[in-house]
Amino acid sequence: MRKYTPKDSVQKQAYFTDRFFVSPPVPRFNPNSDEIFAKDFEEINYSINVQEAFIEHTHLVIIIDKSFLISCIKLLKEKLEYDMLMELSAIDYLATRDGYEIFYEFLSLSKHKRIRIKCFLQKDESLESVTSLFKSANWSEREMYDMLGVKVVNHPNLKRLIMPDDWYDHPLKKTYPLQGDEAASWYEVDKIFGKEARSIIGPEQRDPAAIDRYDTTRFARLGHEVPFDTDISEFEPETNISYQEENTSKIMKKLKPEESVVLKRRR
Amino acid sequence: MQQPNRLKPFFENIHFEREDNTMMVNFGPQHPSAHGQLRLILELQGEEVVKSRPMIGYLHRGMEKMAENMMYNEFLPTTDRMDYIAATSNNYGYALAIEKLLGVEAPRRAEIIRTMLLELNRIVSHLFWLATHALDVGAMSMFLYCFREREYAMDLIEDYCGARLTHSAVRIGGVPLDLPSNWIEDCASFLEILEKELHTYEGLLTENRIWKMRLENVGVITPSMAKSWGCSGIVLRGSGIKWDLRKEMPYGIYSELDFDVPISDTCDSYGRYKICIAEIRESGKILKQLVPMYEESDTQLMAHAPNYISAPKEQIMTQNYSLMQHFVLVTQGMRPPVGEVYVATESPKGELGYFVVSDGSPYTYRMKLRTPSFQHTALLEELLVGCQLADVVTIIGNLNIVFGEIDR
Repeated sequence: MRKYTPKDSVQKQAYFTDRFFVSPPVPRFNPNSDEIFAKDFEEINYSINVQEAFIEHTHLVIIIDKSFLISCIKLLKEKLEYDMLMELSAIDYLATRDGYEIFYEFLSLSKHKRIRIKCFLQKDESLESVTSLFKSANWSEREMYDMLGVKVVNHPNLKRLIMPDDWYDHPLKKTYPLQGDEAASWYEVDKIFGKEARSIIGPEQRDPAAIDRYDTTRFARLGHEVPFDTDISEFEPETNISYQEENTSKIMKKLKPEESVVLKRRR
Repeated sequence: MQQPNRLKPFFENIHFEREDNTMMVNFGPQHPSAHGQLRLILELQGEEVVKSRPMIGYLHRGMEKMAENMMYNEFLPTTDRMDYIAATSNNYGYALAIEKLLGVEAPRRAEIIRTMLLELNRIVSHLFWLATHALDVGAMSMFLYCFREREYAMDLIEDYCGARLTHSAVRIGGVPLDLPSNWIEDCASFLEILEKELHTYEGLLTENRIWKMRLENVGVITPSMAKSWGCSGIVLRGSGIKWDLRKEMPYGIYSELDFDVPISDTCDSYGRYKICIAEIRESGKILKQLVPMYEESDTQLMAHAPNYISAPKEQIMTQNYSLMQHFVLVTQGMRPPVGEVYVATESPKGELGYFVVSDGSPYTYRMKLRTPSFQHTALLEELLVGCQLADVVTIIGNLNIVFGEIDR
C-alpha cells in the first residue's frame, strides 16, 4: 500500500525518498533506568493515569490524558520541585490524528533534571490554562493560540501575541503556506488604502526571492537598461549605452604608492 | 471615530482620552530605547506606571515556519538572525540540538574552537549590552568605549570566519575551519586590553552617583517572580539564584573548565550590571584556559558520520563515494532519526532552547525556539507596574532583550 501523505499540507516535502529507507527511532529508555526519574515517575504514576513514559535524550517524557494535565502540573510544581516551566507549545497533527499534541517542558533547579509532559488535544477541544501556576505560560499560551489556533480557557488575556489581532488563520498550521495565504496578500493593502484600492495596487508579493521581469522601477537590467518606469511588457526599446572612461579613474591616480601608507592591520 | 482604512495611525481599541485620572502613553515600536520593535502601552497615574502592556511582533519573520520548510543545514544561517548580537550562541544551540538528535559528537578541537567563539561572543554581547544600557541611562561615553573593545572582538571573529555579525561559524557536526595563524596571540592581546578597559568601565560606572541612583532598587525581580516567569541567565542570577547551565547542566567541554558563576542578592538593576562585568572577566578566564587545550587537541574538525555529515573537502574532491554522498546531502538533506529533542544552552541572554521534532524526513516536523528574551519581555507586564516613567527605559535596557529572538 502506498504511504499516506496529507493532501492539504503545503509544507515542503522531500522530492525523493528511497523505497526501502526507514529512519531509525531515537533510543528510548525505561524511566526506572534513572534514579531521580524513577522516583518522580513513581510519584506521578501513583496519582495520575500515565499513558506512556520513557526517557528520551536525558528528558523524562510523560504522556497523559488531557483531563489530568492540571493536577499533574500542580504535582510537579508543589511536590516534585519542578519549579520552572521553560517552554510550552503545540505540534500540529491535524492531518494525521485530527488534533494537536501539547508539550510542557519543565526544569528543576534543585534536581538538575528536565521533564516533558505531553497530552493530546482533539481539534474542537480546548486546553486549560496553567497561567495561575506558572506565569511564563501567559505569553507562551498566547503564542500557541496565535500560531496554531489552540483554544485555551481560563487564560487572563487570550489575544494574538505576534500576528495582528484581525489576522486570518494561524500561520504555523501545516495547511498554511510559507508565503502567506490569500488573505495575507491583501491584508496591508486593505488596511492602509482600503478594499477599493485592490485593483490599483495588486496583491502583496511576500516571496522575498520573487523577481518581476517587466518591473523597471525596482530591478536593474544590466546590459539592457531602459529609462526608469518604462513599460516593457510589449515592446523593449533598445538603449545605446556608452561609458566615459577619461574622467573616471582620476581619484586613484592621485594616490602614489610611495607617498601613501598601507596599514597591515587595524590599530 | 477612527477610520482604519485611511493612511492614519490606527490604535487598536485604546482609549487615549479617559474619564479617570490616568493617562495612556504609547511607547514604541520605533523608540530608540525600545531595543528593537517593542511597543508598550503604559497607563500612568502621574509619573507612576499603573499598568503596562508590552506588544511584540513587529520583527516577526516566522522562523519556526521557515524551519519546517528548510533542510537542517539550510536553516543554520537563519538562526544567526535570532539573537544577532551573539550569533554563535544561536548557531551552537542549534548545532548541538541536531547533533544530539543524530547521535553525533563534534571532535574535540571543533568543540574547543566553538567554545572560544561562544565566549568571545558572550564578551561581545555583554559589551554591547553595557554600551546601549549606559547610553539609555545617559552615559554617552560608555557607549563609545564599549564599542571600541567590541570592535576588537569582532575583528577576531572576522579573522576566523570572515563575518562580523551573522557568522555561521558553527556547523552541524563541528566547525568548518581551523583557527588562522596568529589568532591565539591576537586573542591574548585582546584579553589584555579588555582587562585594562574593564577597570576603566568600572571606574566610570560602579561608584558613579548618577549610575547608582538610576539603577539601585530599580526593576526589582524577586526570586519567586523570576522562577514563575521563566527567567534565565543574568536576570535569574541577579535574583540570587545560582543557575548557569554551563555549570549546572554542562554541555560541550564546559565541565572541564574552571570558572565562577557570579550572582547578586540585591535583585535590582545594579546587581545585574555587576554580574555582567564579572561575567566578562569569567569569559576571559575561560578563553585563557582554552588555549593550552587547543594546542594539545587532535586536528579533526568535523565529526565522521557519513550518513548525515559531508566528508572533509579534500576527501570530497578525491574520492568518488564521498562526492556522491556530499551531493545527496546537499540536494536532499540529511534524514535524522525519528524523535524529539530539547537542548538548552546558556546564551549570553539566558537559556536558549531548541525543541526539534523530527519525523525522519529532511525537514523538521516542528521546531520550537525557546528564547530567553521572550520570557523577559513577558515579565515587563508585571515588572513595570509601580515604577516611575523615567525608570521604564532603564528596566527595558537592563533586561537585555533583543528583538530578533523575541519575535523570531
